[in-house]
Amino acid sequence: MADSVAPAATTEHAHSHPDYVQHHFHDATQQRESSKFGMWVFLVTEVLFFGGLFAAYAIYHTWHPETFHDAHKVLDWRLGMLNTFVLITSSLTFALSIRYLQVDKVKVALYNLIATFVLAGTFMVVKYFEYAHKFHLGQLPGKYYTYTGLEETVNPHVFFSIYFMMTGLHGLHVLIGMGVIVWLIVRTAKGHFHSQYYNPVEVSGLYWHLVDLIWIFLFPLLYLIA
Amino acid sequence: MAVNNSATTTVQDAPRSALAVPASRDSKGLPHPNYLSDGGKGLWSWLTTVDHKRIGIMYLIVVMAMFFVGGIYALLIRAEHFAPGGQLMNADQYNQAFTMHGAIMTFLFIIPSIPAILGNFVLPLQIGAKDVAFPRLNLASWYVYMFGAAFAVYSLVTNAADTGWTFYTPYSTETGTAVISMTLGAFILGFSSIFTGINFIVTVHKLRAPGMTWFKMPLMVWALYATAIIQVLATPILGITLLLLILERVFGVGIFDPSMGGDPVLYQHFFWFYSHPAVYIMILPGMGIISDLIATFSHRKIFGYKFVAFSSLAIALVSFIVWGHHMFTSGQSEFAVMLFSFITFMVGIPSAIKVFNWTTTLYKGSISFSVPMLYALSFLFKFTIGGLTGIFLGALSVDIHLHDTYFIVAHFHYVMVGGTVMAFVGGLHYWWPKMFGRMYNRTAATIAWAFVFVGFNVTFFTQFILGSQGMPRRYWTFPEEFTRLHGFSSWGAMIMGVGFGLMAITLAWAAFRGRVVGSNPWGALTLEWTHATSPPEPHNFPATPDVAHGPYDYDKVIPRVDEPANAGVGHARPANA
Ligand code: HEM
Ligand SMILES: [Cu+2]
Repeated sequence: MADSVAPAATTEHAHSHPDYVQHHFHDATQQRESSKFGMWVFLVTEVLFFGGLFAAYAIYHTWHPETFHDAHKVLDWRLGMLNTFVLITSSLTFALSIRYLQVDKVKVALYNLIATFVLAGTFMVVKYFEYAHKFHLGQLPGKYYTYTGLEETVNPHVFFSIYFMMTGLHGLHVLIGMGVIVWLIVRTAKGHFHSQYYNPVEVSGLYWHLVDLIWIFLFPLLYLIA
Repeated sequence: MAVNNSATTTVQDAPRSALAVPASRDSKGLPHPNYLSDGGKGLWSWLTTVDHKRIGIMYLIVVMAMFFVGGIYALLIRAEHFAPGGQLMNADQYNQAFTMHGAIMTFLFIIPSIPAILGNFVLPLQIGAKDVAFPRLNLASWYVYMFGAAFAVYSLVTNAADTGWTFYTPYSTETGTAVISMTLGAFILGFSSIFTGINFIVTVHKLRAPGMTWFKMPLMVWALYATAIIQVLATPILGITLLLLILERVFGVGIFDPSMGGDPVLYQHFFWFYSHPAVYIMILPGMGIISDLIATFSHRKIFGYKFVAFSSLAIALVSFIVWGHHMFTSGQSEFAVMLFSFITFMVGIPSAIKVFNWTTTLYKGSISFSVPMLYALSFLFKFTIGGLTGIFLGALSVDIHLHDTYFIVAHFHYVMVGGTVMAFVGGLHYWWPKMFGRMYNRTAATIAWAFVFVGFNVTFFTQFILGSQGMPRRYWTFPEEFTRLHGFSSWGAMIMGVGFGLMAITLAWAAFRGRVVGSNPWGALTLEWTHATSPPEPHNFPATPDVAHGPYDYDKVIPRVDEPANAGVGHARPANA
């Protein structure tokens, strides 16, 4: 290495890596900051992904305000409200699980993760009943729309296209989140996480809060636009 | 073994750059350990690798295969055009051929080409990191790419889509061809691109070696960084657009269908909101390569480093607000059209800044006409033509006449092939010795370059003329009077095809049999040359590099040119000379 042996080089193997720090990171802090930053960037892509649908919503709402106004009444705002409450609570339990890991209360953290999973499941069950009802009545997107009851409204199916696309994509994100939570539950139960290392829980939490946040926008835009 | 370089030798007492000396060399003369032979053996070790260098090579193999397929389609299209319609295919097949050509070249070749192959390989090396921030995500991106490619290939072998690579509605929702699998493929490929983008952004922010400040980063890194920003910001829009298209086709949601209260022009807005920035996903990394090549082979500090760096970011940002220039004739409001035209002119400025800086760097540099430099110079030539014709098209009155003619085809091939692809193959020739520790035959590579250069200009310059005479794009047949120009263009394509074929053979041969070279055959100053062996060891550097000087400080530091001391093959001589 001749003249290139720099001070930095001598420290190379001076520190030993704990096994939760991957080899290419200098230390746990660098790893933690990298994964958090990476998740934030990913969330930006998610926002833009949904942004396309929000843009479509804005455009069609501008073009057909009465359609949106009339058609939204067939949605049951109480179910939407219930789901809003459920998701916000799940965000809380998720945040708590991180907090308990930070203070090494792994058991309580585990319970909170399980609670999060149950709440997410509740959300999907409520959604299932809402969807089933609409399928039954033919309040469906585009060419599958067969509902009778909005005769005065022009193009009511546009609203349901938007409704199903937005809530469908959101629901898919909830399902993916549930998968991730199961994985976290298993790893927490195996004792992989503790106050020194809880990155996966932390970054998944960020994702979960975004999913929650998107619903908080969807709820008024779809259920409460009167 | 001095570089033939008057500029640097006049600097008195200039320090010499470091040199990575391999611990030992194996029987072939290659450093031991190196990532090719010592990172695990067998196919499985490659398919499960998380080493960014190996992932780069895996991308190299599959992306080049796609380039080959897309290239075959290009040659078929040109062969068809030796004379008016019906030479090889009927009109429907022709539509499928140009769609497959465009879609494969855009989504499967050019977008991943530089970032996923060269970026993966050199980015961590250039900033002194051991790997990218998320090596497993990096491997995942390769598998996602393969998955997306499988859908595209499915479309290709069943009933290939015939919509054009832009998938415009309403035709794309009505045609009986396999549009869904093609768009689903592009949708999935988007995730691969996003994964790469996230990885690069975090890597650049968090994994730079001690002393590697932002302004000591090679311009290739800046360009990859700016590209990653666009990848991350624009690709999701393509994702949702294609998803909407698929939903429209499968469920008839009506969002792009006027009879159901929708609007097909909305599709165009969505599509170009992604696809204009995407053209900068294609060109920016190419510009990064060119900056590195021009500095290395002029042996001169790049002129206006910060301008070049920030113009990448400027391009990245402005690129988001010019999409309307693809839709001047779609019936936008006059105000929108004027605004888009004006901003389009502005986007030319940062590109021009770069071109001026590169030319100024050449001025009074001591230029070696090595093969990568030949590509860099042809980039300058062709990209300038491509960019300038872009400005023509940004002018409203001109565009109304030229829109959807061969002039457009010529414009974007000048920027995409003349620009990106030239930069890409220039980069391949530049980093090939780093990737494989071996040098290609310079004569063969130069001949290949000459074929590509001549063939390219014959093919596409002719198309400027065709277009301005009114030949529409995407037409299967044409009036007799265009036969001569079309034929000329087609001959050019054949010449270019020969050039690429020769290039492929030269490079492939070199990877296995080429002369063994040392760590720094070009006398460059960036870390991958000064601190890593060729090929690098599995974890890149013998020790974390400490960055003492800037990437192009040829005025302060004399680069060490290295040839292997006891290489079994070949003889020691600077590849640069
Ligand atoms: C100086 C910068 C550039 C300007 C001002 C510019 C301008 C334009 C304009 C106005 C059009 C639309 C023409 C029409 O359809 O009527 C166009 C088309 C196109 N440009 Fe550029 N361009 C520039 C650079 C680039 C670069 C760097 C690339 C790619 C690497 C590129 C790729 C394309 C493509 C692919 C199309 C045609 C898309 C299609 O309709 O299939 N352009 N350009
Ligand atoms: Cu554009």
